[in-house]
Amino acid sequence: MSFEPRIIGFLCNWCSYTGADLAGTARMKYPPNMTSIRVMCSGRIDPGFILSSFRKGADGVLVCGCHPGDCHYVEGNYKCLRRMLLTRQLIKDFGIDPVRLRLEWVSASEGARFQEVITEFTEQIRSLGPLKLGGLVPEVERTAVHT
Amino acid sequence: MAKPKLAIYWAASCGGCDIAILDIEEKILGVVDFFDLVFWPCAMDIKYDDVRAMPDKSITLTLFNGAIRNSENYEMAHLLRQKSVVLCAFGSCAADGCIPGLANFCHKQDILEYVYHKSPSLDNPNGTIPQVECRVPEGRLTIPEMWDSVFSLGQTVPVDVIIPGCPPQSDQIAAVVATVIDILKTGKPLPPAGTVLGATDKSCCDECPRERNVKKIKKFVRPFEVVTDPDICLMEQGIICNGPATRSGCGAKCVKAGVPCRGCYGLPINVRDQGAKMVSAIASVIDSNDPEEIERIIATIPDPVGTFYRFSLPGSMLRRVQS
Repeated sequence: MSFEPRIIGFLCNWCSYTGADLAGTARMKYPPNMTSIRVMCSGRIDPGFILSSFRKGADGVLVCGCHPGDCHYVEGNYKCLRRMLLTRQLIKDFGIDPVRLRLEWVSASEGARFQEVITEFTEQIRSLGPLKLGGLVPEVERTAVHT
Repeated sequence: MAKPKLAIYWAASCGGCDIAILDIEEKILGVVDFFDLVFWPCAMDIKYDDVRAMPDKSITLTLFNGAIRNSENYEMAHLLRQKSVVLCAFGSCAADGCIPGLANFCHKQDILEYVYHKSPSLDNPNGTIPQVECRVPEGRLTIPEMWDSVFSLGQTVPVDVIIPGCPPQSDQIAAVVATVIDILKTGKPLPPAGTVLGATDKSCCDECPRERNVKKIKKFVRPFEVVTDPDICLMEQGIICNGPATRSGCGAKCVKAGVPCRGCYGLPINVRDQGAKMVSAIASVIDSNDPEEIERIIATIPDPVGTFYRFSLPGSMLRRVQS
């Protein structure tokens, strides 16, 4: 069977989730690979959510928030920006391609932009292939034949 | 009545935890008075076969320090789990992997290659690398097999209580020992499995006496580059301090002495990944909303992952470098 990427999308309630909704109501077509999780603000997204997604089998994580200057809570998206830039550095140091974590600003009126981002990101992750995490259980080590 | 039995074991560790136990000073006399010390490789001459011969659950309390790094550590973790009523992950190595766990940033092959082929202080003309098994005229010799990854004790066998710290502070050890003795004497129920003893439920920042002014910064510095203000939060002075993502219990000794917290007491309650929590904390002090400037400020952090995960890499969500 061909590889279907599993993508987790954290979408802010005020802009991006509504933007995704708009893409849906406007019957825009996009790949069904993303599972969306609605959060009140992109500033609510703890870097632990990203690592947890990868740990639990996500091949890519998409974080969407309001455009800079448009945050419903004034500056949550700036906080998100700083966190995601550092998280990207973190996963890069862990040997995970930083492309697997994507940050995008999508407003409530940008259904077409949402469609574009999802389509592009899904294809990007598809070409990267599945994310395989190693070193998770001692039993694997115990039975491994080391050279 | 026979005394309760106590065992102390070291796996992949530096020996500091064993020293920390002796650091409880004269209270150690109370420990040996109450307990029958049956196994302590650091201090007693006793063989693994002696432990294998003990009945199951015959050791009342085992203080297990050190991470699980090779086949010997793994075997002893299972053996001591089988023989002990209460298995305690003692110290940061057993709790989260600690310094030995930083080896998870590379692979076994890289380590062997550096240590036996590339290290500048090396004298190894034949390029010998230790083998798990080798033949000598006298017969077959074996050593434990080093693994590719380091694990915490809790990832290997079920653990009853955890005492964090690198090493655990002596006053905390004394308090925990007193608690355990009290439980055993009065027959009180044990705390639920996985309980953290000898620490609090707050973060290191809660114990830190330094003043916080919610000041943001444009650049991170290393401690030797600046003369620090003794009364202001180190993070606000641009020094990476793991206090916000570290459990308290140490009395904030390092920060009181002007040295940033390195995170040895492990994750605070309700935190699942120390590094992720540090990312949040660092993101809050960076004074910029411009992506390029933020990247520049981030670039001034020396070795971000090694710093954030110094004591908890095997216990973290990703556990090891993935490439």
